[in-house]
Amino acid sequence: MRKFTKESGLVMPLDRSNVDTDFIIPKQFLKSIKRSGFGVNLFDEHRYMDKGEPGRDNSQRPLNTDFVLNQPRYKGASVLLARENFGCGSSREHAPWALDDYGFRIILAPSYADIFFNNCFKNGILPIVLDKEIIDRLFAKVEAQEGFSLTADLEAQQIELSDGERIPFNVDAFRKDCLINGLDDIGLTLQDADKIKAFEQNWRNTSPWYFGVQG
Amino acid sequence: MTGKTLYDKLWDSHLVTQREDGTALIYIDRQLIHEVTSPQAFEGLRLAGRRPWRADANFATPDHNIPTTREERRQGLEGIRDPISRIQVTTLDENCREFGIFELDMNDERQGIVHVVGPEQGATLPGMTIVCGDSHTSTHGALGALAHGIGTSEVEHVMATQCLMQTKMKNMLIRVDGRLNPGVTAKDIVLAIIGEIGTAGGTGYTIEFGGEAIRSLSIEGRMTVCNMAIEAGARAGLIAVDQTTLDYIKGRPFAPKGEMWEKACTAWREMVSDDTAQFDRVVVIDAAEIIPQVTWGTSPEMVAPITGEIPDPEQQSSPSRRDNMRQALKYMGLTPGMKITDIKLDCIFIGSCTNSRIEDLRAAAAVVKGHKVASTIEMALVVPGSGLVKKQAEAEGLDKIFIEAGLEWREPGCSMCLAMNADQLGAGKHCASTSNRNFEGRQGFGGRTHLVSPAMAAAAAINGHFVDVRDMLLTLDR
Ligand code: SF4
Repeated sequence: MRKFTKESGLVMPLDRSNVDTDFIIPKQFLKSIKRSGFGVNLFDEHRYMDKGEPGRDNSQRPLNTDFVLNQPRYKGASVLLARENFGCGSSREHAPWALDDYGFRIILAPSYADIFFNNCFKNGILPIVLDKEIIDRLFAKVEAQEGFSLTADLEAQQIELSDGERIPFNVDAFRKDCLINGLDDIGLTLQDADKIKAFEQNWRNTSPWYFGVQG
Repeated sequence: MTGKTLYDKLWDSHLVTQREDGTALIYIDRQLIHEVTSPQAFEGLRLAGRRPWRADANFATPDHNIPTTREERRQGLEGIRDPISRIQVTTLDENCREFGIFELDMNDERQGIVHVVGPEQGATLPGMTIVCGDSHTSTHGALGALAHGIGTSEVEHVMATQCLMQTKMKNMLIRVDGRLNPGVTAKDIVLAIIGEIGTAGGTGYTIEFGGEAIRSLSIEGRMTVCNMAIEAGARAGLIAVDQTTLDYIKGRPFAPKGEMWEKACTAWREMVSDDTAQFDRVVVIDAAEIIPQVTWGTSPEMVAPITGEIPDPEQQSSPSRRDNMRQALKYMGLTPGMKITDIKLDCIFIGSCTNSRIEDLRAAAAVVKGHKVASTIEMALVVPGSGLVKKQAEAEGLDKIFIEAGLEWREPGCSMCLAMNADQLGAGKHCASTSNRNFEGRQGFGGRTHLVSPAMAAAAAINGHFVDVRDMLLTLDR
């Protein structure tokens, strides 16, 4: 997995709570059997005026110029500032794949849906939880200052603003370690293969009915 | 001494190892697989040169992309008109063959929505841990199993290691006390719960549903409730094992038999929360107060009783909630103060892993029997959850009741629940749907979804607008 240590970038605000996974990447794009190429369809139903289909040339589609992603001042943003319960809905990992493919590396929100939150870490994206008051303040700053950027330092667990302000954040120690070192989850788990085998043998003895095949 | 909750028991019995920071490896007994969230996982295995840890723990069936008209199904894979969808389905077939995984392919009589088929085949058993790359995996908790929706990286992880990396959730109990009134169903219970605690209310928790009203539900009804635990923010929903559970499982193809069955039942009877167990949060709801529910917005928490009206965003004190409601009403084309019964419908969808089991179809058929679908309804689909549900319904003559009333009787699949196949809701159209999500565009670009129970959807089909199904049942009784 790609490492995440310290990253900086332009902030794009998405001022809407309960942004669901259909909003992030509509289902017609889930037909792909690949992991990449979803960035052009990130927020598809809001970003374009017409209905997107896989395989279409997106450069020819009419843009919704009101949608924040299409505003020139947010071009190249890699930090997404969001509201409560971001990423709710389906388990589709296509949502973090689309965010990542577009170029978002950091998300800031007061809360996330569990599965989405988890999926971000598996893809080298850092979802940061901040108090609602801080998020409100950041929304005001982005609004007021064109080109508003910030840095997220995962090692130090803090966000750095250009005016020198430092905002600390919490992150699960294990997930932090995986991100900083770019660890592959499967490889990590297989280090415990002996423990898994021992568990399995015991489980097979005590609960054999879970090991039966169709009868 | 404090006892254990059902969730604690399931967690403890599957704990392989735990790190100091609380991250644990949980052994997974069953992985269910469908075509949409698995191709990248199989590809990952292949690239790393890995094989499944235990191929026989996996169970696959395609559902999301499957066409539902008889004509298309007769043509097999060729009947999937969209080439991209077809590739996804054939990729599942090929992957299952290559990795030795049991699959009910699209032409198998037992194929259907993975969350309907798993329990139906006995691939879902009490006391199990179950995962699937699909958020509605919570459904299987109805049988006293710990069932999580996971992302594709985790699908690959479980295939390769038979374990899921997890931190333990908190325990929530939602107790629905007392009895439901006639015409009120499992779907109304769960919509009322989401209306009460909100779509993020269960975030970070595993929810156990209990109380007399839950205990009185059939397994089908319990699955409807657990199915939507994720809509309340909880990855897993649970219901304790009782005689109803054991009766449901007995004799199913993957269930243990003979002496093994008896032993398993002894173990499964323990799959209940101890009397002295402590929950981090308890929510109590009075079943008698639940009225048939209808969602009016673009989130399942935007729900009202059939006797109610569309709320006014301007009355909201929270600015973010006010904005959300305004956006939702604009999208739905509805105005504050309007009666729920005045919402006119263009489409009816009876199906999805929430409400496509035999009992759901019986409830809908009982309402439409002897009536005709209103002339203003453009499309009314009944999509059974599996081939076996379809067969059972046909044996009972339900298909004829639907067809005579003017509804279309389709082949099993996810269909218009998320419209990945050809069954799509048109822009601006209102649909009474028995599915679980009313997000913008969920059933088709620009489509407007109202979540309801099967009986309520059937009543709406006949009237062309929402009606209180309890009134119809009164006339039916007479
Ligand atoms: S029926 Fe709907 S919610 Fe259920 S698995 Fe299919 S698409 Fe998902």
